[in-house]
Amino acid sequence: MSSKSHFKSKTFLVICLTLAFSILQTGCGQKTEEATTSPSGKAVIQNMGSDTMVNLAQAWAEEYAKINSLVSVEVSGGGSGTGIAALINGTVDIANCSRQMKAEEIARAKKNTGQEPQQFVVGYDALAVYIHKDNPLDQITVEQLADIYGEGGKLTRWSQLGINNAACVNDEIIRVSRQSNSGTYHYFREALLGKQRDFKLGSRDLHGSKDVVELVERTPCAIGYSGMGYATERVKKLKVAKKSGDPVYGPSVETALNGTYPIARPLYMYSLGEPAGEVNKYLEWIYSDVGQGIVQQSGYVPLPKQERVMAKKQ
Amino acid sequence: MINRHRLETLSEPVLEWVIRLCGISAIIFVFGIFFFVFREGADFLFRGLDLVEFFTSPEWYPTSVSHKRYGVLALIAGTASVTVLAMVIAVPFGLGAAIFVSEFCGPKLKETFKIIIELLAAIPSVVWGFIGLTIMNEMIIDLFNAPIGLTVLNGGIILALMSVPIIVSIGEDALKAVPDSYREAAEALGASRWQVIYRVLLPAAKNGLLAAVLLGVARAIGETMAVLMATGHAVKIPHSLLDSVRTLTATIAAELGEAPVHSDHYQVLFIIGVLLFSITFAVNLTADLVVKGIRQK
Repeated sequence: MSSKSHFKSKTFLVICLTLAFSILQTGCGQKTEEATTSPSGKAVIQNMGSDTMVNLAQAWAEEYAKINSLVSVEVSGGGSGTGIAALINGTVDIANCSRQMKAEEIARAKKNTGQEPQQFVVGYDALAVYIHKDNPLDQITVEQLADIYGEGGKLTRWSQLGINNAACVNDEIIRVSRQSNSGTYHYFREALLGKQRDFKLGSRDLHGSKDVVELVERTPCAIGYSGMGYATERVKKLKVAKKSGDPVYGPSVETALNGTYPIARPLYMYSLGEPAGEVNKYLEWIYSDVGQGIVQQSGYVPLPKQERVMAKKQ
Repeated sequence: MINRHRLETLSEPVLEWVIRLCGISAIIFVFGIFFFVFREGADFLFRGLDLVEFFTSPEWYPTSVSHKRYGVLALIAGTASVTVLAMVIAVPFGLGAAIFVSEFCGPKLKETFKIIIELLAAIPSVVWGFIGLTIMNEMIIDLFNAPIGLTVLNGGIILALMSVPIIVSIGEDALKAVPDSYREAAEALGASRWQVIYRVLLPAAKNGLLAAVLLGVARAIGETMAVLMATGHAVKIPHSLLDSVRTLTATIAAELGEAPVHSDHYQVLFIIGVLLFSITFAVNLTADLVVKGIRQK
């Protein structure tokens, strides 16, 4: 059984490494809101969270590196929940969030780090509802979406929406959703179903915003939701009305800002305590016209001129 | 000379202890991991978790605002369905390949085969998942006219491909362990090649082959990333091979990152970890006992 003992030693190695890593990680747990300095003398801002915002945050970081070579911003995704969890543990300087932090999470962060998370609205997003290009449907109401996605909802077939989705073989509506660490998931649930109701089980829960759009693109029966920044030519965005009879609006900068598109939301950044030093400068830059220009380039909705002052909004 | 002699007498027991410690450390690590995983979840396990609901309800709502429900039946069904399918595919292929490599191959071909099979084992699971998510998804939609390709079938095939190398290499070892005198005796009695394999080798290597299969099962149950990507990740008890499912491992991987430390959700994920640990432990233990069976014969 030579190959079997080979396996055991492998497992053993993995266990050792895991333990070593966990020890290393506990070693560098706490961090304050002040950016840390890397060995090369550069200040490092740790930025983590929302998958909706990860491309935007990356674009900001790259652009910022050009104007301020002394600071490097390290961006990672993982979902709003992941960013908030890291903020609570004090391991990031800024958490990106496509939903608001819950009171419970704020309390937890305060208890854990001694500092209160500060909220900044850095842009807006219209949450787009995507379907396959061959699907003849082009508008939907929030009520219908709730009936498709909500627990106890009755809509399971495309024909119930009054259309003939010929490309979809058995007429079933394939719900594409997100994992529960996603801020988009939480926002969409609340916008559709209120605070109390849950999603219907059995949706395909994908890991990233981009995955949702890609799966919908390949699946004629599918419906999915993601930030409008992830829209491509190969999927169709539905126009959305609040309830049947209301006018429908497509997701765009204009409809998100004037409030006519029913499922638009702010995008947040959270810092631990009042931002100071490099973190503060970075956030100020994000509020500048250059920073907000990048929001537009990334496919999201920049703040209107009068909101472009850095002030925490509750 | 005397000096050196003293050093040797001193160093020998020390070395012996170091080696002993290395041996024991594996045991300490295994029990340590079990202990820590269990401790993380123990509080909720004894305090509030409804075990009947946990095992019998398919409703998994860990982040619900109004009514949190922790039922893992659908997740267990997901893991079981994908694993069973993977084994249905992998066992015949794996054992067939083991028999071929051990009995029918020339030495040169054998080496090539072994290298290629090891290469198959070296493909990272994320890459497998990626294949499932893109290539297999479209193939299943086209071939079966299915609404979506991220299904039990997809995950099962991917897992089968991942466990075949284990089954082949351990199965081949088991066949190699059968003494040549058995083969010679059978051939002397006029048995054909097939009869040698079917009547002599397989019964003689039975236990080793079973161990190979069980280790393949353990691999399939524990696999995370590939099934997370290939099965569609939908909480649902599957009714056919073309349904999406979600497995126990994928749930932990997907949700642990956001679950606040020491919250109920976090602890339930650790309880799922204990459940998985128990399942793989049982499978491995069976494999070990079976292997012991061979040695005693």
